[in-house]
Amino acid sequence: MQAPDPAWNSAAFAAALLDPQAPVPAGVGRTDGSAMERRFAVYRNNVAHSLVTAMADIFPGVAGLAGRDRFTDAVRLYLAGSPPGSPILAELGRDFPDFLDRFPPARQQMPWLAGVARLERAWLDAWHAADAPLLDPAQLATISPEQLAQTRFLAHPAAMIVRSDFAIVRLLEAGRNGQAADPAGPGCALVSRPHLAVMIEPLDAAAAGLARCLLAGGTLGTAAEDADGHPDFELGRSLGLLLAAGAFAGIAPPPEPEGR
Amino acid sequence: MPRSPQDMAARPSFPDHPVAGLAGASFKPQHLPAILADAPAGLFFEVHAENYMGAGGMPHAALAAIRERYPVSLHGVAMSIGGDGPLDGDHLARFAALVDHYQPALVSEHLAWSTHGGTFFNDLLPLPYTNGTLERVCEHVDRMQQAIARPILLENPATYVLFAESDWEETAFLAEVVRRTGCGLLLDINNVFVSATNHGFAPMTYLGRFPLEHVGEIHLAGHDRQVDDDGTPLLIDTHDRPVDDAVWDLYRTIIGQTGPLPTLVEWDAEVPEWPVLKAEAGQAQAMLDDAAMTFLMGKRHASA
Repeated sequence: MQAPDPAWNSAAFAAALLDPQAPVPAGVGRTDGSAMERRFAVYRNNVAHSLVTAMADIFPGVAGLAGRDRFTDAVRLYLAGSPPGSPILAELGRDFPDFLDRFPPARQQMPWLAGVARLERAWLDAWHAADAPLLDPAQLATISPEQLAQTRFLAHPAAMIVRSDFAIVRLLEAGRNGQAADPAGPGCALVSRPHLAVMIEPLDAAAAGLARCLLAGGTLGTAAEDADGHPDFELGRSLGLLLAAGAFAGIAPPPEPEGR
Repeated sequence: MPRSPQDMAARPSFPDHPVAGLAGASFKPQHLPAILADAPAGLFFEVHAENYMGAGGMPHAALAAIRERYPVSLHGVAMSIGGDGPLDGDHLARFAALVDHYQPALVSEHLAWSTHGGTFFNDLLPLPYTNGTLERVCEHVDRMQQAIARPILLENPATYVLFAESDWEETAFLAEVVRRTGCGLLLDINNVFVSATNHGFAPMTYLGRFPLEHVGEIHLAGHDRQVDDDGTPLLIDTHDRPVDDAVWDLYRTIIGQTGPLPTLVEWDAEVPEWPVLKAEAGQAQAMLDDAAMTFLMGKRHASA
């Protein structure tokens, strides 16, 4: 009589799923000892294929710019170092942009990929962000001129600024359409979701500075002062662009007066 | 961001759409405009719960539009009920919030695991059937049913390997989980056909032992046919094509026994245009209607 097979061990099974060189884990197989390599490989392939597919769904522009084979190789290396920790696929790839910043082939040949990945990750977060009403620009007209500088806005949950040294908006669009683009930047972008569709709006440095300050809860006065150093800055135009893109969910209530 | 229960807006009141006797289809967001324009009557839709765990936006707008008009089945694919660690409390809370919000007609999960040691594998992985795994599965089903305050349907898996230490038949294991937890079963007939082919048993033998009286939903789907190292067929549960004729035949036999049961055609990859998926669900509905007729006539004869 044969010795009983070693007991199944989920840790060994799990480890072998992620390691293509690992032998079929103990306990897997019929008692007749038939070969299980091909069978176990079905699970290994399912795991790798499903995660790479999910990453390509989240980062289609990066995949398009890098080419599918190079993208797949990079994703496999990334996943080996950062296996997914959430059962929600929309959480996948949070630190993929940082990985691309460090990944030598990307850093040397396509240093803009990390920025495009940040923009695509922000796109997905905006897609799933909480619903909120949009600030009606007419509301600004109700604020007295002397109070305007003290005004703060409520950031819309979907609104985010992504900054890069490269032209990430143009690159993302090209990558998603399977084309090449001139990477020369800089490129900042406002990602927002004014209704149900995500918008990506390229911003010049002054508008990006204004947006970043306002989304962080700064007053309009402070934000405008910060942005004022830029030669082409026009407060009305930049603010109009942010309002049209749905960056704000409302005007923040004034702080409680002190000493009451 | 994952949605936390307190983020949920006040629960809307959706109409009460009964699911009994209906065929349904996987809901794919790209089909929403076609479904709303087509406004087909008398079917239900199933969604993967994990795709609706964001805070807002289009996914929830689409699901709300579907739930307003149709019965919805909430199908979890990542609870890892067959895992050896405890269930993820955050995930359970998100799942419970979805159940509370959308009031689905059916709620189901898998006899499988997908998370181990904090890593999510995004696949339905197999487990041996032993007294130890039985206890854990029952604990997990109990915990999930407590969290959502209703019974779940547990689905039989498609598998590619068996385990030397399994000392329960899969059908007996499932029957025992039902007995101990009070859950129901989701009978995936494609999974039965895939596992039977891969492990060399007759699908009808398995179905003959399956506790059919506890089945609350049936799944049908397409599979891929590959070849194993020894030249025998190796079937893969791909959900990327029409339901195989052999699976339709088994289905007709089963609903002839059980009477009509809510039946879902799953299609998750290489998703076709809506009319193709609708036609697959229509084929299931035609068989359900036949079975309903035969079943009623049988009852009438029995009571005559």
